[in-house]
Amino acid sequence: MKHGMDRRSFLNLGGKVIIGSVVSSTAVLLVPNSIKAADKGDNDTVNWEQVWQQQEWGFAIDTKKCIGCARCVKACKEENSVPMDEEVYRTWVERYMQKTNGQMSIESPGGGLEFTPRNEEDVTKSYFVPKLCNQCNKPPCTKVCPVGATYKTGDGVVLVDRKRCVGCGYCIQACPYGARFLHPELKVADKCTWCYHRIVKGLLPACVQVCPTGTRVFGNLADPDNPVTPILKDRIGVLKPAMGTQPRVFYRDLDQGVV
Amino acid sequence: MAGYVFPNELEVHWRLFVVIYPYITGLVAGAFIVSSLYHVFGKKELKPVFRLSLVTALSFLLVAPLPLLFHLGQPLRAFNIMWTPNPTSAMAGFGYIYGFYLIVVLLEVWFIFRQDLVKYAGETSGAARIGYNLLTLGAKDVSESTLALDRKIINALAVIGIPSAVLLHGYVGFIFGAVKANAWWSSPLQPVIFLLSAIVSGIALLALVYTVSSYFRGKKIDRECLLALNKYLWAFLLAAIVLEQLDVMQKAYESRATWPVLHALLEEAIPVTHALQIYVGAAIPLVLLLIARWNKVSFKMSYWLTSLSSLMVLIGVLSMRFNVVVGGQLVSKSSQGLTEFHPQAFAGEGVIPTIALLALPVVILAVMTRLLPPWSGEEQDVITTPEKETVVAS
Ligand code: SF4
Ligand code: SF4
Repeated sequence: MKHGMDRRSFLNLGGKVIIGSVVSSTAVLLVPNSIKAADKGDNDTVNWEQVWQQQEWGFAIDTKKCIGCARCVKACKEENSVPMDEEVYRTWVERYMQKTNGQMSIESPGGGLEFTPRNEEDVTKSYFVPKLCNQCNKPPCTKVCPVGATYKTGDGVVLVDRKRCVGCGYCIQACPYGARFLHPELKVADKCTWCYHRIVKGLLPACVQVCPTGTRVFGNLADPDNPVTPILKDRIGVLKPAMGTQPRVFYRDLDQGVV
Repeated sequence: MAGYVFPNELEVHWRLFVVIYPYITGLVAGAFIVSSLYHVFGKKELKPVFRLSLVTALSFLLVAPLPLLFHLGQPLRAFNIMWTPNPTSAMAGFGYIYGFYLIVVLLEVWFIFRQDLVKYAGETSGAARIGYNLLTLGAKDVSESTLALDRKIINALAVIGIPSAVLLHGYVGFIFGAVKANAWWSSPLQPVIFLLSAIVSGIALLALVYTVSSYFRGKKIDRECLLALNKYLWAFLLAAIVLEQLDVMQKAYESRATWPVLHALLEEAIPVTHALQIYVGAAIPLVLLLIARWNKVSFKMSYWLTSLSSLMVLIGVLSMRFNVVVGGQLVSKSSQGLTEFHPQAFAGEGVIPTIALLALPVVILAVMTRLLPPWSGEEQDVITTPEKETVVAS
């Protein structure tokens, strides 16, 4: 049980999702056998090393497509039991407006849930940028955790073990992207997991699932037909590369004004 | 600066308890260093306060982990930091460093007071006698040869204690200084700054405890000792403030992308506590302390000036802790804005529990000085039985 003490609970949760999901019937076909075994409650038979070898998750964001509807923000909160009314977000959407005087104004009211239409004259360009945990290759958050409660899985996702986290908040300070928060009810660190409980079952992360414009693209990079690789062949950027975190959310057409 | 802060940054996570945690450990480290100046570096003029400095260090050390503990989202899991430490985490060392240091200080206090304990055990009766007997741990041999051995051990502990104190506090600075995501914290100078300000606060605390306790006990202050404390306080304060300012100046001069927001932090978000740190906590005391050492000034005057400066320094260092801990979190990691901090009265590491936590070590110190009078150098008039003292006091 080196990795993922929370495995049973997310698999259980995942089970419920499968029953409820419209896409479940097709998605189940994509699930590796080892995970199906786990779904039957037979946790010990899951050979995670083997599972991880078959997949390397990738996330891309096609910034030009985002319309700022923030359905992803809502879906994420619902899927992951993040209190809807609290100012905590696993994912959020930012609106950028470059003014004629060169100033950039940025906002994300309610994480994007409370955007109001803007029709301003002095704006030269305007766009939306969705944000989420970058599942960094070199995550500072896991490095600083005093008890090793936050860790990186073999298929490239950073998770928080809710049974080990002491709630010190050091990881929140260490993340350069503001991706982490203290769960107001559970009193442990929380953040986007790319819906790990869903993706290991072959489902898409909730935000990708609901995005009506195809801004958010997700896939298994080990699968030659995945939708992410074509985007990676385009011109892409990552957030704050100078931090040395090697973020793994890739943004197509990332504007230099994005923070 | 209105600006933009990430939605998850609207709440400041490390609040007043995390402000006083480095403050208290700093006082411990500083007070301990004073005792080492006496023991290890042979600064005999500090003799009147060396026992007091250890008891002070111990009182604050006992309280040091409490604010951290209460700060945790899951306090019941606190010991995970010791059972399953993550070797790459700066914070993971806390339990071990703290534990080690606590043992060193406890041992040193015990060895220093052992002779007294034996004496009190013989002089008192009833519960007090049992208590003192227990505290001697059965080691009642006070022959000259054992006492000589005690002194050797004390010296060894004092020597070990210096790197421990340096580690304990330098490491706290590292916890902040090594967070690259935070433009205000991230600095290799941070451990040194924390250490120097720790020593400064510890000396100031000790000077104040010494003058105030002497005042209430109606005892004469040892002039040499007070002026020595004054001198060390001045020197360390100068070094601390120079490094603190160097850090800010360098940030201003380099003017990286993050400087505008750091500048706004100083100007708009924490101007008051920043002024407290620089003027009340350093500039004015530096002048007052110098005046106090001027030989044209009466001793009474220099007593008041040194005490006042010490109080100001203590306020200044507390402000500095606030400016670092809370200030750093006000700066959005977007570098585009400042978030706000609203301290509450009770809830969420509020002001009142914070004051209570700061007062607790003072209470412990008051009790401890009753049980183990540390007023060395005036043994004759102090070693009455503790009961008698209590009667006189009440
Ligand atoms: S984006 Fe933040 S929380 Fe996510 S892996 Fe990177 S440092 Fe950790
Ligand atoms: S809040 Fe939890 S996950 Fe984050 S550093 Fe502390 S113990 Fe680790």
